[in-house]
Amino acid sequence: MNLGVAVGGLIAGIVVWAIIVRQLTVKPWELQPAGPTDELQEISRSKTIKVGLWVLLAVITSLFSLFIAAYYMRMGGHGDALALDWTPVPEPRILWLNTALLVGSSIAMQWARTNVLRGRRQGAFQALAIAGLATIAFLAGQIFAWQQLAEAGFFSPRNPALAFFYLLTAVHGAHLLGGLFVWVRTLLRMRRREHELIDARLSVELCAVYWHYLLIVWLVLFALLLST
Amino acid sequence: MAFVAIADRDHEHAHDEPHSWIRKYVWSQDHKVIAIQYGTVAILIGLVALVMSVLMRLQLGFPNTFSFIAPQDYYQFITMHGMIMVIYLLTALFLGGFGNYLIPLMCGSRDMVFPYMNMLSFWFYLLSVLVLVAGFFVPGGPTGAGWTLYPPQAIAAGTPGVSWGIITMLASLAIFIVAFTMGGLNYVTTVLQARCRGMTLMRMPLSVWGIFTASILGLLAFPALFVSAIMLLLDAVAGTSFFMPAMSSMGETTQYSGGSPLLFQHLFWFFGHPEVYIVALPAFGIVSDLISTHARRNIFGYRMMVWAILAIGCLSFVVWAHHMYISGMNPYFGFFFATTTLIIAVPTAIKVYNWVLTIWRGDVHLTVPMLFAIGFIFTFVNGGLTGLFLGNVTVDVPLSGTYFVVAHFHMVMGVSPILVVFGAIYHWYPKITGRMLDETLGKWHFWLTFLGTYSIYLPMHYLGFLGVPRRYYAYDSSIEFIPESVQFANEWITISAIIVALVQLIFLFNLIWSYRHGKEAGPNPWRATSLEWQTPETPPKHGNWGKQLPVVYRWAYDYNVPGAPDDFIPQNVPPGPQTPAGSHDHGPQP
Ligand code: HEM
Ligand SMILES: [Cu+2]
Repeated sequence: MNLGVAVGGLIAGIVVWAIIVRQLTVKPWELQPAGPTDELQEISRSKTIKVGLWVLLAVITSLFSLFIAAYYMRMGGHGDALALDWTPVPEPRILWLNTALLVGSSIAMQWARTNVLRGRRQGAFQALAIAGLATIAFLAGQIFAWQQLAEAGFFSPRNPALAFFYLLTAVHGAHLLGGLFVWVRTLLRMRRREHELIDARLSVELCAVYWHYLLIVWLVLFALLLST
Repeated sequence: MAFVAIADRDHEHAHDEPHSWIRKYVWSQDHKVIAIQYGTVAILIGLVALVMSVLMRLQLGFPNTFSFIAPQDYYQFITMHGMIMVIYLLTALFLGGFGNYLIPLMCGSRDMVFPYMNMLSFWFYLLSVLVLVAGFFVPGGPTGAGWTLYPPQAIAAGTPGVSWGIITMLASLAIFIVAFTMGGLNYVTTVLQARCRGMTLMRMPLSVWGIFTASILGLLAFPALFVSAIMLLLDAVAGTSFFMPAMSSMGETTQYSGGSPLLFQHLFWFFGHPEVYIVALPAFGIVSDLISTHARRNIFGYRMMVWAILAIGCLSFVVWAHHMYISGMNPYFGFFFATTTLIIAVPTAIKVYNWVLTIWRGDVHLTVPMLFAIGFIFTFVNGGLTGLFLGNVTVDVPLSGTYFVVAHFHMVMGVSPILVVFGAIYHWYPKITGRMLDETLGKWHFWLTFLGTYSIYLPMHYLGFLGVPRRYYAYDSSIEFIPESVQFANEWITISAIIVALVQLIFLFNLIWSYRHGKEAGPNPWRATSLEWQTPETPPKHGNWGKQLPVVYRWAYDYNVPGAPDDFIPQNVPPGPQTPAGSHDHGPQP
């Protein structure tokens, strides 16, 4: 919980501070020197969509911070012993492979982005396809890990460590699925001849940011699962 | 990043008017239509909650009289009433309704930045309401766990609606949160990115500031409710033990191991306290604009008002545990949260002073919106003061769980925001429909509602001091510390509540009648400065501004500027000899 507060507070604090320093000291009732400010005019649609994505990422950050805070509180990690019913589960080895896949897909996304920026249509398409396929492989691997845990005889909803394992991986996976939806649409769009590459540029950039972000989330979750 | 001009080939942004009726009024992506859709659904479901509150009052005022209200019904009414009022009415109406309507118009944009997502937001909201209502029809009826849904009782045998009702409730909340997130992304991004030329942040009307900050709070706080709803749902259907402790129920050991009910309380209130400000901040903002417009005076201390909104927004994330003083927390925790709770009263009090100082020596027009705004100041001060009582651990411990708390939160979160909602509807109805609401009916509506709600909630403070516990179906004569007179108070409260509920029919009638027969409003009946009153058409058309976006030259509070012929200068009027900037006569502005 304290972690959640800290993260939430930090984000809010940074945002607010940035605004305060820049804007909130204006005296709006006085005549402003240059009349209307022009700075807002030039804002393009793509900038707006990017801001939207960052706001969404803030929401997702809040969500995962709260899950993690709940994890720690349920585990009873305030220096005391673990909660009585908390039996740590050994993480399936395949998670390492999955992590590698997700790192790979993030790199491929970045590669796709570079290719789009350089105007290389074919390369961009291939990189994007690889990124998505690696993500699908990651998700399949996660399901495999679930099965392994179930078969290893650990499966019991009564063990909160296990329940959290399934819950956290599922929520993370659901976010990736949402990303894959955009990925499919982007791929289809790029396949159509009449579309110019520049049309896909924004989508690819957004995907790349989102994928990097979800990679970071996964690394944090994985570290959490490994360390407890 | 090297940004070559990106062709903005977005088709959503071509603002041609949709032609078919369905596209225009049902699957509409126009923020004004979506606002009205949100508002209508919120008010309709709010009426359901109002009826349930009357049923509860009937039982409390006249126990053993209404055989159709069994104890389990009573608990279901309490739960649904609270949840609907807080989430599906107030949150949806302030952000989905007023937020949608006002943000683009007040900021000088053509629409929200993601109109399609905005439309989806409404349909998800509608779905969440339908799932919620489905709870009334599933076997066992809706959940009776109280709007806080505390485990273990929320999903333990014996609570009404454990088999299905709790599931529809949690599912509905999850859907609502998805809907809210789509809406909130729009509100925040629109304010950040789509203001017209000259509309700097510090020129935005306070309504926009309040709604903007509340949206940020919602985006960061609703995930906490989402997390708790998902985990509670898993406890209920999958047999996990996130929150459910090892316990036996109905003489049998349950399957649950050592879950933590306290964890739920933390998560719930980490959402729950910001939630009260998600409702309060838009009300603060809107009431500031109502007061300034109808007192023909610039808002006192505009910058301070903005800072106070932001300060309250930040602080509201660090006070949640004042709802948990009696949960057995570490005394140092209690001390910490009492301190933060009392600190949040400072910016709140500043806002109250500034409202009063704006009215002070203003040229007050006692229009209906102004009456509601002034009524709000009364009820809000009242509720804020009882909040200060409750914020102190030692005072709270005996008062917690009594009618004092009920009185507090109804004053501050029930009556106050609702008065603002009414004031705002009387204020903006002319822009939405082109006609005025009837003034005489409006004044009756105000006085009966204002005095009526006082007569409901003032006695509850005394019940609370007597220690009368809340959430009781009936007060048996065997409870010794409860005197006879409590019964009398309860009858009184019930009768007042019925009157207040009936008075709302006047308002509904007014809404419907004035739509056809109200006085023609013209574009700017209140002679207000903010942009929504300067649209080329009233009601504004799709795209809001015709061919040319407005350009803003001044803040939204240029009333009674010395040297200007009119007593107001709209935000889009350039400075000139007849229209100087600012109002220096009011002395130094804090
Ligand atoms: C000066 C500011 C305020 C303070 C110091 C304050 C303090 C408190 C405290 C300590 C409680 C817990 C009482 C208990 O359960 O024992 C409480 C309950 C509550 N407050 Fe406030 N409050 C303030 C303002 C507000 C505002 C502005 C709202 C809403 C707009 C609000 C809505 C509520 C609600 C809904 C509850 C009851 C929740 C429940 O138990 O069902 N409060 N308040
Ligand atoms: Cu609170």
